[in-house]
Order: sequence, then structure tokens, then C-alpha cells
Amino acid sequence: MAKSSRYVPPPSTGWRKLPIGAVIPWPGNSEEYKTGSWRTLRPVIDQERCIRCAICWMYCPDAAIIELKQEYTTKAGRKYDKTYVVNYDYCKGCGICANECPVKAIKMEPEVK
Amino acid sequence: MIEIRWHGRGGQGAVTASQVTAEAAIIEGKYAQAFPEFGAERRGAPVKAYTRIDEKPIYIRSPIVEPDIVVILDPSLLVSEPVLDGLKKNGWVIINSKKPVDEIRKTLGRSDVKIARVDADTIALQILKVPIVNTAMLGVLVKATQIVSLDSIIDAVSRRFSERIAKLNIEVVKKAYEEAEVSG
Amino acid sequence: MVKRTSLSSNYAVAYAVKMADVDVIAAYPITPQTHIVEKLSEFIANGELDAEMIHVESEHSAMSATIGASAAGARVFTATASQGLELMHEILHIASGMRLPIVMAVASRALSPPINIWSDYSDIMNARDTGWIIYIVSSAQEAFDTIIQAYKLAENKEVLLPVMVAFDGFVLSHTFEAVDLPEEEEVRRFIPKQVTWYTLDPENPMTLGPLGPPEWYYEFKYQQVVALNKALEIAKQVDDEYGKVFGRKYGLVEPYRLDDAEIAIVAYGALASTAKAAVDEARKNGVKVGLLRLRLFRPSPVEEIAKYLENVKAVGVMDRAISFGAPYGGPVFADIMEALYMKGVDTLLSSFILGIGGRPMYLHDVLTVINKVKEIAESGRRTIETYYIGVRE
Repeated sequence: MAKSSRYVPPPSTGWRKLPIGAVIPWPGNSEEYKTGSWRTLRPVIDQERCIRCAICWMYCPDAAIIELKQEYTTKAGRKYDKTYVVNYDYCKGCGICANECPVKAIKMEPEVK
Repeated sequence: MIEIRWHGRGGQGAVTASQVTAEAAIIEGKYAQAFPEFGAERRGAPVKAYTRIDEKPIYIRSPIVEPDIVVILDPSLLVSEPVLDGLKKNGWVIINSKKPVDEIRKTLGRSDVKIARVDADTIALQILKVPIVNTAMLGVLVKATQIVSLDSIIDAVSRRFSERIAKLNIEVVKKAYEEAEVSG
Repeated sequence: MVKRTSLSSNYAVAYAVKMADVDVIAAYPITPQTHIVEKLSEFIANGELDAEMIHVESEHSAMSATIGASAAGARVFTATASQGLELMHEILHIASGMRLPIVMAVASRALSPPINIWSDYSDIMNARDTGWIIYIVSSAQEAFDTIIQAYKLAENKEVLLPVMVAFDGFVLSHTFEAVDLPEEEEVRRFIPKQVTWYTLDPENPMTLGPLGPPEWYYEFKYQQVVALNKALEIAKQVDDEYGKVFGRKYGLVEPYRLDDAEIAIVAYGALASTAKAAVDEARKNGVKVGLLRLRLFRPSPVEEIAKYLENVKAVGVMDRAISFGAPYGGPVFADIMEALYMKGVDTLLSSFILGIGGRPMYLHDVLTVINKVKEIAESGRRTIETYYIGVRE
């Protein structure tokens, strides 16, 4: 049964081939399950307003906010060594990030305009 | 099969005595069972316990209703409890009492049973300093009925208690064995 | 060297658990089981058993903590009775569904109301469909032996299911009788500690207890069906192996004087012991009666039931629990009827209820049952009545 990490048994798998007790012995295979299509609204981060406080990163229930080691300089000249972006493969569009953002840098925009 | 019913009050050690007797029989290679009257234990309340001894495996597991032997740890139970209920003809009454056997027989009102008695209160208070009379009653029981040997009872007592307590209780068993008045 | 001593079934279980070298015990006290965990606490305090005793706030938590420890790879134990088993009920399904080899002792006791601390098997019967393997034992020696067998069975790779070992509260739990204790080393050789199941391990992460949507759930339940059926075969093997090493085996059912029997009675637990004495007594009076004692309740040993009862004219099943509103009779009666019907055994069946809420079960009660079964056999007529032995009008 030992499969490489992220293995996902195909939907046709019979009872003999499944690990007993509904155990999932393939750590991280939830990454194979993309939930981005659930969204009706998508969060869009305004990098100009973002103050890199990481609150959205902490609050996101799907770990769909990614912290990038990427420098950014605002038009006003403020320099940051990090950039926060949304992983739209997994973001379900719940809006918690937008709600928690203390500087209102995240806007929820319709997925289909 | 020999069936014993124990009558005492919570705290006198009737249940322990029933178990020590069974243990003594098991030491002798016999089969035995000991069990209390089932329920909540309360100090001072009348309690019953039972022992069965046999040469072959014992299947029956119901309470004893027609005992061969009744052991009465507290003489006051004679008037308050139906201690002689079902006691077989020629059965034994083993009783803790200061009164002589003849007088006990009058109180019992049964001429068809054998009686053995000892003043277990005095022995227990003298040696143990507490009124726990169960081991004294074991001394009388084995002297009168010989269902198990004195040695086996002593062995069972020493298995049951810590070394210090066992030593005192063995003294109690022996003294009661010596002092018991047996009327066959 | 075997040591013969006198123990109650409660203490016999505690000794078995100690010898099984369990790692974690989580329990909540309840009469008439409490002596088991008291004794185990004593073993731990004395240094005779190196285990973690978790004092929980309820039986629901006791089973939950046991599951957690088992999922971490520990050999675990818990014990309960009556309302405790009821409170645990939800978690019983989780233990079996997660395929954790938990062993639990149950000193069977009636259910409230009215509050009753005495023995019957209402609690066990309610656990019937939880997916646990359920033994019902008949003596302190068998309680000891079955706990050891339970670990061997539960941890078998082809089984991996929790096991309940039940015995009558008080009638067995508090009765002292001879028990032969084997050497601890011998027990530990018989059930070596090997983690045969999926466990939580940071080095090798996995998910235990996930969601099982309709596309997946059914297959896992079917796996449990297969494992429980397999357990029948493995239980027999374990009993045989145990017999070879320790000199005692019991079978999944125990026939008593059934070889030439014309009628039979079926019983379990302590009542089956008294029933042997009753069979002996009835035979003295010329009644050709035998007894079938059910030892393994789940999975049901259908083949054995049919084999031993196929030649008798009538069978009376004695139940220690009421199945309210059932089509006919007590819960084990239904099992026996089902087994015999499906195996094509045509005999006159009757159901008897007794020993409810600790009502004493005397020899004469069983003789009453035997006489009734004899009457039914002689009349040749099927009865649809359930006989409530000893209930006052």
C-alpha cells in the first residue's frame, strides 16, 4: 500500500485496495484536491496598501495566502522584503482575509465579471 | 459440597473471612468459591457472605439458601436477622458469643444443629486492639468442622494480609482455636 | 511455574492486563468494575506495571483517551459497566471503525431506571452492533485467559478490531475462586508487543479519522464486515494456540453433555455455570438435556451453534436481557433462531428471560426452564410465548 506522498486512490478503488480504518497514509495528498473552483468572490491584494502584517496569512483557514521572499517598493517609496499573494488553486473565497485586513488592502471581487 | 453462610456487620470482616476460607481450601487443592451478598457495603449494616468448598469443580453460582454451616460474627444478629434460615439438620452454628453453648442452644431454639462458640470480641480486642472478629471465627470454624486444616487457614491468612497484620491475625486464629467451645 | 491463587474475575482481569504489559489505561470508576482499575493503579504504584493511568472525567472520555493512545501505538486497556458503556457508545463505533486493537473488560450490569447496580446483560446487548468482538465469560479463570486471548486476537493483522470481555457484575466480578496464574514472561512471549496497526508518527505522517463521503464510506464499513468474519477463524486459532501453551482452551461455544441430549438449553456468563449444575441434576432424574454455552457473542459462531444443536428436539435459550418490542424473545434467542433457521436446523425453539437486574438465578430456575423445554419437545408444538421466569404477577 506504500504509495509515494500525495497519492490519491482513483474513484474506482475497491475495498481490498484501501487502507483499513479510513486512514490516509499519503501525507499532503489534500494538495491534489483543488478547491479554488468553489469561489464566487476572489480576494485581491492591493500591494500598495498592504503593510505586510501577515494577519491574512495567519487567519486563512486554507493556508491559501502565500508569503513570498520578494521585494516590493511602494510608489511612495516604502520598501518591503516580503510580498503576500493568494494561492487561487485552494482559496475558497471565504473572505476572512479581507475582513481581517487592518488596512483594507484586500478586496473581494466577483469571480465572473 | 460444603456451603457456608457468613453473617456479620459491615466492617467485621465477614467477606474477608469467606475469602480466606476459600483460599485455604484452594491451598489444599480443593475447589472453592467465596462471594459477598451483592450490593453496597455499609459499615454496621447486617451483611452476608458465602463460601462453597468441594472436591470437584463448582458450577452453581447462586446465593446459598440451605447452608451446612452458618458463621455468626455478631451475636446481636441472632435476634435481628433470620440467621438460621435453611440451615441443614446436623449443620453447624459457629458463633461469636460470651455465653456457654447450652445457653446459646436455648436462644437458637434448635436441637438438631451443632454449635461452636468463642468470645471473639475479647480475643480480637486483646490481640488486634480492634473489634474485627473475622479471623477469630476462622479458628473456631476449623476446630469445629475441620473443613480445612488449621495450617491451611494460617497459610491463607498470611497470603491475605501484610506481614505485620498477618502475624497478629495468626495469633488470633490460634487463640480462638484453643479457646473454642465445641458441642457436636 | 503456574501459581494457583484465589481471585475474583475483576482481579483476574487486572492480573491479565498487568501481564499483557499494557502502556496506557484510561478509565472512570463504576460499580461493579471499579476493582479492576483500583488493582491496576496498585500495580502501577508498586512498580509492577509500567503504564500510564489516565483518570478521565467520564466513560466517553475513557474510550476517547484509549483510542488516542492506541492510535499512537500503545497497548491499551479500559473497563466499564452499565451506564458507563452506554455513555461510551458513540466512541465504541469510532474504536472499531478506526480499527484499533483496544481491549475492554465489562462487568455487566443492568441499566437504569430504576437505578440498579446488579447484574444482567442489557449493557452488552446494546453494544451488539458496534463492530466490536464480544466475549462473554463464565469464570475468573476464563476472564484471565480471555483477556490474554483478546490482545492476541485484536492485534492480529487480519483482524485489527477492539475486543470486549464481558462477565456478570458481582456474580463473577466479586466472586473469589481458584485461578491459575502463568508466569508473566510466558504471557509476554505469547502476546509480544508489535504495533500491527496504523499509528500517529511525526516521522511518517498520516491522517487518522478523516471524513468519509458517500464515494468512500461504504468500502470501509465492508472492510469491517470482512475483518469481523475473519475474527471468527482467528479466535479459534488463538484459543488453540493458547491451549497449547497454557493448557486451557474454551472454544467459541462450549457444549456440555450434548452428545446424547434430546433437548438443549443455551446460556451465557455465570448462568451457564449454574446451568451445568442444573443439567447434572435433571439428568439424575432421567431428563436427557444438554447445555450450549455461548462464549463468543460477536462475531456469532453460527457453524458451532448449528452443529451442536442440530440433533435436539427442542432448544430453550436463556437470556439475561430483554429485547423490548422484539418479534420474539431475548436478544441471544434471536441470534440462535437466526443461526438455526439459516443453517436449516428445524427444532422447537423457546425463549426464557431471567436474572434481570441481579435477580438471583437459582438451580430451580434453570430446572423450571428445562422442564418447560421438555414439555415443548413432548408436545411437538411450536411456542410463540417468551417465558419471563420468576417475574411476580
